[in-house]
Amino acid sequence: MFRVIRNEEIAPQLHQMVIEAPRIARARKPGQFVMVRCSAGRERIPLTIADDDPKAGTITLIIQAVGTSTREIVAVPAGGYLTDVAGPLGLPTEIEQLGRIACVGGGAGTAVLFPLAKALAQAGNEVTTIIGGRSEKYVILQQELGAFSKQVFVTTEDGSSGEKGFVTLPLQRLLADPNQCPAAVYAVGPVPMMKAISNLTRTFGVHTIVSLNPIMVDGTGMCGGCRVTVAGKIKFACVDGPEFDGHQVDFDELSARQATYLELDEHGCRLDQQLAAMQKD
Amino acid sequence: MTALTPKERLAIDRVKMPEQDAKQRACNFTEVNLGLTQERAMEEAQRCIACKNKPCVDGCPVGVRIPEFITAVAAGNFEEAARILRVDNALPATTGRVCPQEVQCEGVCVRGKKGHPVAIGWLERFVADWAAEHMPKENPPTTSTGFRVAVVGSGPGGLTTAGELARLGHKVHIFEALHDTGGVLRYGIPEFRLPKAVVDREVENLRALGVVIECNVIVGRTLTVDELAADFDAVFIANGAGLPMFLDVPGENFKGVYSANEYLTRVNLMGAGKDEKGGTPIARGETVVVFGGGNVAMDGVRTAKRLGAAHAICAYRRTKAEMPARSEEIAHAEEEGIEFHYLLAPLEILADAKGWVRAVRVQKMQLGEPDASGRRRPMPIAGSEFEMPCQIVVVALGTTANPLLTNATPALKLNKWKNIVVDAKQATAMAGVFAGGDIVRGGATVILAMGDGKVAAYGIDEYLKNKIPKHQA
Repeated sequence: MFRVIRNEEIAPQLHQMVIEAPRIARARKPGQFVMVRCSAGRERIPLTIADDDPKAGTITLIIQAVGTSTREIVAVPAGGYLTDVAGPLGLPTEIEQLGRIACVGGGAGTAVLFPLAKALAQAGNEVTTIIGGRSEKYVILQQELGAFSKQVFVTTEDGSSGEKGFVTLPLQRLLADPNQCPAAVYAVGPVPMMKAISNLTRTFGVHTIVSLNPIMVDGTGMCGGCRVTVAGKIKFACVDGPEFDGHQVDFDELSARQATYLELDEHGCRLDQQLAAMQKD
Repeated sequence: MTALTPKERLAIDRVKMPEQDAKQRACNFTEVNLGLTQERAMEEAQRCIACKNKPCVDGCPVGVRIPEFITAVAAGNFEEAARILRVDNALPATTGRVCPQEVQCEGVCVRGKKGHPVAIGWLERFVADWAAEHMPKENPPTTSTGFRVAVVGSGPGGLTTAGELARLGHKVHIFEALHDTGGVLRYGIPEFRLPKAVVDREVENLRALGVVIECNVIVGRTLTVDELAADFDAVFIANGAGLPMFLDVPGENFKGVYSANEYLTRVNLMGAGKDEKGGTPIARGETVVVFGGGNVAMDGVRTAKRLGAAHAICAYRRTKAEMPARSEEIAHAEEEGIEFHYLLAPLEILADAKGWVRAVRVQKMQLGEPDASGRRRPMPIAGSEFEMPCQIVVVALGTTANPLLTNATPALKLNKWKNIVVDAKQATAMAGVFAGGDIVRGGATVILAMGDGKVAAYGIDEYLKNKIPKHQA
């Protein structure tokens, strides 16, 4: 059992939870995730570790409550318990000193971006951060990222904060400006966003790292449910990732696989129709 | 009771295992085999002629004193039988159900030379189940050695080592990566073959012996082997099988394609198929094709049937004779209406416009010369390609070594398959660190992992003989 120390809603349906897990707090490096099971009989969900406090023995998770399981997790109040938290899993981010780096976060992906950007800045890189969301209230961690970023650009789809449009707008300006063009781009967010960014940086020849969050069951390499195609080869996001070269990832396949269980009901209905049709024949 | 003459023993026919009706069981997950009654078990035990050479004992990877326990069963002394069994086998209720007896003890039974071998596996299961119902749990030994041993993984290897070491008076702490115990016994082998209540019981027996089991600790990540080796007096690594292999054909990542590991884990460990809100989902299909011919393939295809597939198909590129699955599983699968398509290899998985599997393109094979494994190599028949419509594909081709622990432990010596190299006592290249089961052998069986666990326990006990406990009580 893992005690929830704090639980705050930092944006609509987006919770920041501090969880007591001393061993994970001590072992964890930026880029790694944990598998969380809210209670017996529930799904195991991969969640990136946003931050840690090894002295307090805690880790911070930022969770977007989009499905039944994530809604159940964020419903656990401070003082309550999560039944299972296992990790840290995945390969840590390779933190190198590259000079100028652009870190791009979309929606809840900004929470995954935060520890990477922080570690990259601490390693002596000049970090420019671009974060976006549907509207102002979905833009998170602006202040926290500002603490170590050279500059922070904000975009919103409705223009309620920062520039109106997508994160690719300020990124394109950086890439096109020889005095600001980054040596590498780190992008975390919805798959279409990471795909758009990777397509954009490819034209500029700028190395791009994306952090993927595919469907997983165990998170330890056993199930292969998280497989993604990278440079034409099958990789397991849980043991080979979750970070990969954005120019090599098959994003369309990833999008399709992520939709598996959202489409399942519809697919099930379709099968029933087929079955009914076959029985009529 | 007067002892039977050899002639009388030879005259008894092999007992039949009562089974759940095939039609009925194909729709549920409860155990297929119902178990022998006391009378049937005693009668079957009398078929053993107590031959001099006891080939069955040599045929058993853990050397169970088979004729001795069977003699006790024949005399109706089940408690004595259970005690004998327990000395050599830490998990008899499990092995009585899942061991490939036909290639081990029963395969070499002299009664099998003319007719049928003694049903050793069924007798083992009978005794273990009887003991669970009638005998108290073991008590921890009264004296402690003061040594503490860390065990990585609570599968058959880890549980066996833990039991042996605890009986020798050592304190044992098992670290399990998943949220529940049992390893492959829980996530891999389905309920209809090994009820999870049996696994729970084996685990409770260990707890009664004083073994501590901690879940959610991934050694190599949460803690390192180096940390365990520094804190504990010895370490046994039995973290199990690894990453599932795929077919390496186009279309493998379409929706509706599962590794057998994922398919079985969703159902067995996570409870998918019960369709609880908030539970783990699983995709179903009218037709499910499972590729492979081992026990995992059988478990996968029989699970598909139980999840409602009208056509649950096992496609194997050789013939029934070469199938590595236990013969009982194949027979049960056939009775349950599993469709076997032999000499068939996949070429490509095809999907509909939305990326869901709609068919698999396959090719007929014929058997050629024997390959390195000694089995005849399947050769494609040109022009024999065709499409098999299906909605779900399950790939059961085995696994490769899991790198999580070994990558984080450079002091361990690995072979070319990235499995841990051990000596005859299961000792690794790290002092005080032993290993066994699938992380050493690649894909093997429950009983071989248990055999390793037993050897390692004695190796560890011997290693500790001239040491001083790291933590004084």
